[in-house]
This record gives sequence, structure tokens and C-alpha cells, in this order.
Amino acid sequence: MKKTVIDLLLLKNKQLNKDNFLLKLRSPVPVSDIFPGQFVNVEIKDAQEIFLRRPFSVLDVDYQNQTISLLVKILGRGSKKLTEAQPGVQISTILPLGKSFTLPERNDRIILIGGGSGVAPMLFLAKLCGLDPENVHVLIGARSITDHIDIEEYKPFGNFYFTTEDGSLGEKGYVTNHPVFTNKLNEFTKIYTCGPDLMMKAIGRIALENKLFCEVSLENMMACGFGVCLCCVEDTKAGHKCVCTDGPVFNVNDLKW
Amino acid sequence: MVNLGIKIHELDFKNPIMLASGTCGFGEEISDFLDLSRLGGIVVKGTTLKHREGNAYPRMAETPSGMLNAVGLQNKGVDNFIANIYPRIKDIDTHIIVNVNGSTIEDYVALTERLNELDKIPAIELNISCPNVKEGGMAFGISCPSAEAVVKAVRKVYSKTLIVKLSPNVTSIADIAKAVESQGADSVSLINTLLGMAVNAETRKPVLSTITGGLSGPAIKPIALRMVWQVYNAVKIPVMGMGGIMNATDAIEFMIAGASTVQIGTAIFIDPTIPVQIIDGLALYMERHKMQSVSELIGSLQC
Repeated sequence: MKKTVIDLLLLKNKQLNKDNFLLKLRSPVPVSDIFPGQFVNVEIKDAQEIFLRRPFSVLDVDYQNQTISLLVKILGRGSKKLTEAQPGVQISTILPLGKSFTLPERNDRIILIGGGSGVAPMLFLAKLCGLDPENVHVLIGARSITDHIDIEEYKPFGNFYFTTEDGSLGEKGYVTNHPVFTNKLNEFTKIYTCGPDLMMKAIGRIALENKLFCEVSLENMMACGFGVCLCCVEDTKAGHKCVCTDGPVFNVNDLKW
Repeated sequence: MVNLGIKIHELDFKNPIMLASGTCGFGEEISDFLDLSRLGGIVVKGTTLKHREGNAYPRMAETPSGMLNAVGLQNKGVDNFIANIYPRIKDIDTHIIVNVNGSTIEDYVALTERLNELDKIPAIELNISCPNVKEGGMAFGISCPSAEAVVKAVRKVYSKTLIVKLSPNVTSIADIAKAVESQGADSVSLINTLLGMAVNAETRKPVLSTITGGLSGPAIKPIALRMVWQVYNAVKIPVMGMGGIMNATDAIEFMIAGASTVQIGTAIFIDPTIPVQIIDGLALYMERHKMQSVSELIGSLQC
């Protein structure tokens, strides 16, 4: 997959809830293959004090219509500015970047655990994995019902479970408190997760204790996104690795968790 | 067709646009984005005698019109470079230059001797200006006697083109440039990053694991331009200019101030196609100004 710098047309910028926006972008040329876990580095134009691009993992790709969807959560000035972009503008992107999740094999029974904007690659993987929906379980955690995004169009691809810290949707508590996680974890052949560090570490440690396959998608401050600046390193068992090119997806066995 | 060629010491560069060390890996990382053979040269990632893990995360802070980094020369060492990387990049049709770092003069010499054996490495850039390592690095580049000592030692064992990369974190960069010229440097490149710092007001903690780091990007361009102009006027050897170059106009400004070649660095992080855009922009500028050769541009500042 050749990486390119390309201007995409912003078709849609839809606010999903307080902090999350869905951006749909159209490519002028056929979209290169993008797999779940890979990301796009987006230039934020005309924004004071924003110099570097911002990385966003891909939520969905429509190859027929040449569109890419990103879930953008407001975390700071850069992401905020991007959510203010109006449809019709051109947005410079570099794509596809990073390594994707290992796609499951036909006999796998998988659980995908997403938190915050980390839900994006989980939904993308659920849609793309090609498994019988019976074998795809998606667990999504958030603070409150108002932080959850609508996943209606992804429901056909798996069984969905929710947790909220205040109990306003699904089980009250964290994803690691949900019965599908606490009681059935050993039924899964692969665990995939993307979300806040603490959540992923909690899941990763339990996976390690139970000797289960577990891949996590890390997030880090990046300058380039394609492995030349060496700024976004994670201290792994094999030394410093770039989250942008050696990851963002890592097997927990390789991390110092 | 204008002639963009320029000679530095014994080396003919097809054009004056080079990639700066630490911003382009070994070239191959960005080969999807641009035709590396169009470039004048590539200065590959800073190399040391032994493997270095570099500094702890966080290593980067975005700043107004720039960024701070504190990578700390993470690299797998010269043996790995020679065995694994060199064979992959040696046939790229551009000058591949290795950025050389050490904690001691002995390190610099030992590393240089290894690189002197490599046929397809026609030059080294002696880095006496890295602000992100505890020992060596910038320490050699901030006083004339220490800069002279390391260049003198390396010159004895290196027969090809010797470029010395200077630190801006000095009172008089022209004096350092003269010092390294006196010991046989064939060219000087400048500027390395400026020592800076970022603080998180909420946590009252430094943003970088090392507290201080090196500032790069357009924020440092006026300082870099001033230093290139000062050094151009102080030495006879050619100057390679860098510091916040984002487009062809920036590159041309450096050449007018006295740079024979320029290096593109932090701009690559924003758009790795910028270096070839600059080559094309420089050619258009020269046509527009009816210049036949880049030498007409170099040091053409009219005061």
C-alpha cells in the first residue's frame, strides 16, 4: 500500500454528541486499501499555533464512492478546529498510515472492546472481519449515555454490549466489569481493543494472565506519522518502537505491560 | 532549462536541495512520497558507534510555528547501518551523507573510519551540535577549542568531503565556523535546533522527558537566516543552510543570504513532498529572474 499526501473533499461533518464528530471525506482517486487500525494524518489549516498534522483512525471506507469516514473526538485545539470545518473544503491528508489489526481467521470468535474515539477501528474491524456475526462481540464503554455514538448501522455485524460509568446505558461500570468480559473471556480466541490507556492496560493485563491473544491500538503524540521523526515511541520489550509505523497496533506480549 | 547543479568541495550536487538529518530517516521511509533521485542529497539519521535507545517518551512538543524534539539520537549503531541499511540505500541516485555523532573524540574518529570505507558515502556531516544528548554532541560545538579538536581528529582519518554541522546555541557562530574551517572542514551546515523548553501549566511539569529540547520549524527561520549570512561572510568554505524552510521562497532566501545548498527538515513532517516542490519552485524562480546558474543566487544579498 503506497502512502500518499492527498487532498480530500469534506462531504459531511456531523456532530454525533458533545465531543464526537463524523467526518466523511471523498478522494479524487480510488482509495487505496485501508485496514482497521490504520490511520490518516490530517492537516489543520488556518489555525493559530497548530503546526503539525493530527492522526485519526479510520472508521469506515467506501471504495465504490471513494469516501473515508473518520470519527473525530475533540481532545485539544487541533481536533476542535477540524470539527469546525465546513463541507466543501479540501483537507490535506496522508494515508494510509500504520499497521492494522491482525484480521481474524475463519474459526475465530472475537471480542472488540472500544472506549471513547477508540470505538472507530473496532466498528471498522467488526464490519470488515468477514466472520459470522455470531462470533463477533463488540463491547463499548463510555462515561454516560450521552458519550455513546449511534452504532445502528454496525449492528448487523455482531453482538453489541454497552457499559457506562453512571449506568445510563447498558451495565454500570467499566468494560472490564461487563459479564461478557468477566464471565466469557476464555470463549474468545482473539481480543482487540482501542481506547483510553488505562482501559487498554486493564484489558491487556487480564489477557496476558489468561494467555489470550490480544492486540491493542496505542495513541501517542506524533510529529510525522510515517516513521522519520522518532517522536512517538513506545518503550516495548524490543526497545523503543514507533507507534506510527511499528504500530499503532501492538500485541500485548510485545509491550511492557 | 536552468542549471541547478552546485559543487561543494569535490562533490557535484544535481541541485541544492537536500534532506536534513533526523527528518527523513534513511530516505527509504519516505520513498512512497517522492522520487529520492531528484534530490541533491540526503543526510541520513544521526549515527553513533553503538546502538542508542534515545530518550524516554514524551520527546516532542508542538510550539507556535514549530516543534521541540528530544529524540536523543535513537539509532541502531554503525554496524547495523553498514550491514543492513547501507546495502539498501547505496544505489539511490543522489548523494547519501551520514550524520556522525559521538560522546568522545575517539567515538567520532572510530565511527568516521568505518564510514570512510563505504564507497557510496561521499561525505559525512559531523554533528557537533545535538542538544539532546547528555555527553558529547553539542558540548563539542559550543567552544572553538573543542570544535577544533574534534574536526582535527576526524580530518586525519577522513579523506572525503567533511561537512560540520554547527550549533546555534553559541554567542558567535561565525567564530565556531572559522575554527572548524581552520582544521580542514570542507563545508559547514547550519543551524541545528535551538535549545528550548515547554511547560504544562496545569500539571506544572515539563512537557518533554528531558525538560529541554531542540526547537525547529519556521519559528527559527529568521535566526537561521541571520546565522547563515554571518557564517557566509566569515568563511571561504561553502555553507549549507537550514532552519524552518517550508517552501521554495524560504530556500531561495537562504541561498541569497549565502547558502550554497539548503536542507529541508521539519517541513517533511508536514508534507514529505515539499522537497521536490522546492526544487521545481527554485527552477521557476531562476527562469523568472533569468539566472543561468544557482551560483548567481548564492550570497547575492544586496545590502
